[in-house]
Amino acid sequence: MALPGLSLEQAPPLSVPLRFFLTAPLFACLAALLLLFAGPAALASRWSPALLAITHLLTLGFVTMSMMAALLQMLPVLAGSAVKQPRLVAWLVHAPLSAGTLLLAIGFASGWKIAMIASLPLLAGAVLTFILVAAYSLARNAARNATISTMRLALGALAVTALLGLTLAAILTDHAALPALKLTGLHVAWGLIGWVGVLIIGVAYQVVPMFQMTPAYATRITCWLTPWLLIMLLLWSFTFWWAEGNAKWVALLGLAPGLTGFALATLSLQHKRRRRVPDITLLFWRLGMASLLTASGIWLVAQFSPALSAAAFYPLWLGVLWIVGFTMSAINGMLYKIVPFLIWLHLQSQRPVRGTIPNTKEIIPDKIARRQLWAHVATLALLLGAAALPKPLVYMAAITWCASSALLAWNMFRAYRLYRRLTA
Amino acid sequence: MDKIGTYLTPDHQRCDGYFSVAEEAALHGEWVAAAIQFDQFLSAMQQHFTKEETVLFPAFEQCTHHTEGPTEVMRMEHTQMRELFQDLQQALVSHNASTYAGASETLLILMQQHNLKEEQMLYRMCDQMLARESGDLIERMQSIVQ
Repeated sequence: MALPGLSLEQAPPLSVPLRFFLTAPLFACLAALLLLFAGPAALASRWSPALLAITHLLTLGFVTMSMMAALLQMLPVLAGSAVKQPRLVAWLVHAPLSAGTLLLAIGFASGWKIAMIASLPLLAGAVLTFILVAAYSLARNAARNATISTMRLALGALAVTALLGLTLAAILTDHAALPALKLTGLHVAWGLIGWVGVLIIGVAYQVVPMFQMTPAYATRITCWLTPWLLIMLLLWSFTFWWAEGNAKWVALLGLAPGLTGFALATLSLQHKRRRRVPDITLLFWRLGMASLLTASGIWLVAQFSPALSAAAFYPLWLGVLWIVGFTMSAINGMLYKIVPFLIWLHLQSQRPVRGTIPNTKEIIPDKIARRQLWAHVATLALLLGAAALPKPLVYMAAITWCASSALLAWNMFRAYRLYRRLTA
Repeated sequence: MDKIGTYLTPDHQRCDGYFSVAEEAALHGEWVAAAIQFDQFLSAMQQHFTKEETVLFPAFEQCTHHTEGPTEVMRMEHTQMRELFQDLQQALVSHNASTYAGASETLLILMQQHNLKEEQMLYRMCDQMLARESGDLIERMQSIVQ
């Protein structure tokens, strides 16, 4: 009997996911450095050139970079279908995504249109390759579960985000005349909620119960939440385009309850966890969920308070809470589980000799991970402060952020160096 | 109809329970309690591995006509887990909480992704392919417990 697509292989080669996980913190470092050099001007408005560059360094360079690797890594485990030619795929996605993100950021920060134009085929190529590979893998998978269907939805949202982004780039480089502000609203919503938010929710369905031994998410959540969010996102998009004044009602009744419901469900499951030992990933995830709830709360107040919604810091707060507070915390926490385990797994296959292989907590000790967690918490607080009071706080925020992302990069690199030393 | 997945999945949950209680006790330095819980965890795991390795996997391999497929990976992961059991046992004997914490964290991730693959894929495949003999297989696995 044939076993279509069933492979329970442990993992693709180490270099495949690791190159993404080692590069992602470097993009966070670049974003922090750019904030340091641009100073208070970066936070003058959400449209400042430096802030647009910083945002894309984070969303593409950190978030998309690590989420793509996590997906490539999880597909064999969850879907039972390994990605074919993983090294080639990794190369075709990682190199153009890195180069494209850098060029796009340069284009935004300096206004140098050629850089922006040059970034487009690279980013489009990386995203298209990734979507095709992941979609092919998902199409022939042997398993059915909520995370798999959520991944499909997230991939669709990534495609929409990329198309909207390309259109916006055409407008910015004077190759198209379309309402840029409205398109930006759609691009942001599809990218942050449809791609990143939905994917984190899908990953949470698996990893929250697994790593903290919590009860599983309720079936009504895993079956309905992400399709509901995507339908609401579609509805919101049409309303936003044709009747902007009514769009907030779709968000209020459709998107916000779904997202806050997810955060509350996650916190409640974590509260009921059976594994009660100190855990860095748990702390990162709690910070992520608290940020998601705070973002929703602030957004809700702003819907009824013209003073808040008109304030320059309001969109910055939402961006900082969603990107740095929610998504980066969740990913940062995941990295401390995934990377040491991957290195341990590959050491196992490289060196069958017992007694010499360090365990995951020896590969990345809790002490150095905890130090980075606190730097990340301080960064989040200072960035929120700097959004409201740029002049006194922006430099302190940027320096703390540099420290936090450099520590993360170092913790990841240190683990890789240990692997190299033991397999040399 | 007897379902292999329905029969074996509760084993995973039972083992998880012992695992987390033993880990918490060890990290708090309650070594006697940790040792008792660990022994329960170990014997539950060994029993579960025996059910799979002596009954389920051979039946699956016979049905699919190959031994180098999913079951080979599952057996290899069982071996990796057994090695971590030894590390945990040594940490229990030497009362070394930090070694216990590291080995335990490593085992947790290995064990959870292993369980996920079994529950999401292997057991489902078995339920499809071994539907006719599932009653007999479950009976044979149950006889290991007694």
